[in-house]
Amino acid sequence: MSALLSTEGLEKAYGGVQALSGATIEVAPGSIGGLIGPNGSGKTTLFNVITGYARADSGQVFLDGRAITNARPEKVFALGIGRTFQLTRIFPSLTVLENMLIAAQHKERSRNPFAVAGGAASRRHAMELLEFTGIASHAGALAQTLSYGQRKLLELSYVLVADPDIVLLDEPAGGVNPSLINHLAARIRELNAAGKTFLIVEHNMDFVMGLCDPITVLDYGSVIASGPPDVIRNDPAVLDAYLGAGDDEG
Amino acid sequence: MTAPSSGATAAGRAWHVAWRAWRPAGSLVVLVAAILFPLVFTNPAVTNYGVFTLVFVAAASAWNIFSGYSGYISLGHAVFFGSGAYFVGIATKDWHYTGSKVFALLPLAGLLGAILAVPFGLVALRVRRHTFVVITIAVFFIFQLMAYNLQSITGGTSGLLAPTINYAAATYNNPFYYAAFAIAAGTIALSWLIRRSRFGLQLRAIRDDEDRARGLGVRAERVKLSAFVISAVPVAMIGGVWWYYTTLVDPSSGFDPLFDVAIALMAFLGGLGTVAGPVLGALIIEPAELYFQQQVSSGYIFLILYGALFLVVILVLPRGVIPTAAELITKWNARRKNGGGPPGQALPASAPSPEVDLSADGSKGSSPQASTARGLA
Repeated sequence: MSALLSTEGLEKAYGGVQALSGATIEVAPGSIGGLIGPNGSGKTTLFNVITGYARADSGQVFLDGRAITNARPEKVFALGIGRTFQLTRIFPSLTVLENMLIAAQHKERSRNPFAVAGGAASRRHAMELLEFTGIASHAGALAQTLSYGQRKLLELSYVLVADPDIVLLDEPAGGVNPSLINHLAARIRELNAAGKTFLIVEHNMDFVMGLCDPITVLDYGSVIASGPPDVIRNDPAVLDAYLGAGDDEG
Repeated sequence: MTAPSSGATAAGRAWHVAWRAWRPAGSLVVLVAAILFPLVFTNPAVTNYGVFTLVFVAAASAWNIFSGYSGYISLGHAVFFGSGAYFVGIATKDWHYTGSKVFALLPLAGLLGAILAVPFGLVALRVRRHTFVVITIAVFFIFQLMAYNLQSITGGTSGLLAPTINYAAATYNNPFYYAAFAIAAGTIALSWLIRRSRFGLQLRAIRDDEDRARGLGVRAERVKLSAFVISAVPVAMIGGVWWYYTTLVDPSSGFDPLFDVAIALMAFLGGLGTVAGPVLGALIIEPAELYFQQQVSSGYIFLILYGALFLVVILVLPRGVIPTAAELITKWNARRKNGGGPPGQALPASAPSPEVDLSADGSKGSSPQASTARGLA
């Protein structure tokens, strides 16, 4: 099966630091791909390049066989790639429901920008997703009143509201307590069973190993290994990269 | 947020219903009062206050449509004000317009404001935050310099005089009052429409996190530029009214840096990003300033007061009168409905306190996941 999302030889330098050097990955449709690697190995940069938040110096990004390299974030989203951020980014002074409607608006049929925000269908769909992630009771509250974990859930919810083909999650379990992590993993599995494709950057190895297959390992901006969890766990190059870079905290 | 968001509790809902019923009624009262004002207070010294106040109600509301909703603080809207004033002045002279016919030029002044806002916005909106503010100030000074130096068009330092009008002395102010009122009312209506629209939601998302908004499909450049252009139109129109009323525009009064400070202060005082905030701010500040200028011979003392007021607003009411009051009322209401329970049990749906506890709502209609998430939160 051909890849839903793939990159080919992506290069990205920040000053003298080569963040990506020939990063080539593939995400098969319907999979939950994992992306791991020591700190500074280029995982978030790879996400940024894919989603248009950073420009690639060279290389290509393909979505469903179509080149989308260096498309702008709004375009990438419209094409069907949703993402969350490592440091959760919500709209704090909007209500939880309004947060959802931001992502829903580009799907709305009415082209009139002066129409009242959020049609009935959008609101219903948004509420369904909030029910699904478990924060529906906060729909009317300002997003800034949510706890850290709830913000993670909100970010996941509003990325899902536009029904993207693939969801990129940047450390969804980071700083989240264990029970909520299980809740999150269960949601992701459920969505995946319904056909949604994921690519997940995560430092929490239990989370990644239990959820993702295949797992791709980045080090110094290029892929050093890729395969099922069992293979990755015992791959000498991976062990070397992690041990060489010290622990993976932070 | 001026209104408490859809309340999670019965108390919240009851309050919400009351608020929604009250708001149109309150708006209607203000509208009727504004229309009757010059008929009740016929003294020209009083209606003079009315005209200037409405000029600033319109300008501050228009400024708020862009700066308040998007969070991009423009200190260059005097460009539109001055250009509107100069345009009406030049057109009146060149086309030999007199009397009430001059008011017919106002839509064209608005159009000119929109046309100027496109290149202005395209340049300034390439940058954000402080840099954006600096660029708007720079563009402002370019326009002021042009007014000084393009003497054949602008009259240089002597400016442009309006033709005398043969209105009766007792009601001389009224046409200007109603022209300013029409523009102000239209601007407030537009602001209200935008606030609740998809466009407005996108602007507020840009204010909170522009890059995140783009990642959710918001075409930020287009949205920002549209808001900038829309907000320029009433400011240019009201500049035309102001010129005809004061009968003179020169570079220092048409392109006045204090104009930008004033409308920003009005919006900050009343509540940045709310519909009523800039209106309230203008209603407080402009009459006070006029009164003060009349009482104190030195016109510079009010500048010190301006600065002091700005500091007080930022320190005491950083979010402005309207949001702060709305929050207080919501809290008070929730406490009252809760029958004097401990304050921590109050459930103001929109209160910004991070400790807001919404668990009282968990008993009904919440999925098992909901309670899990809440328990973990």
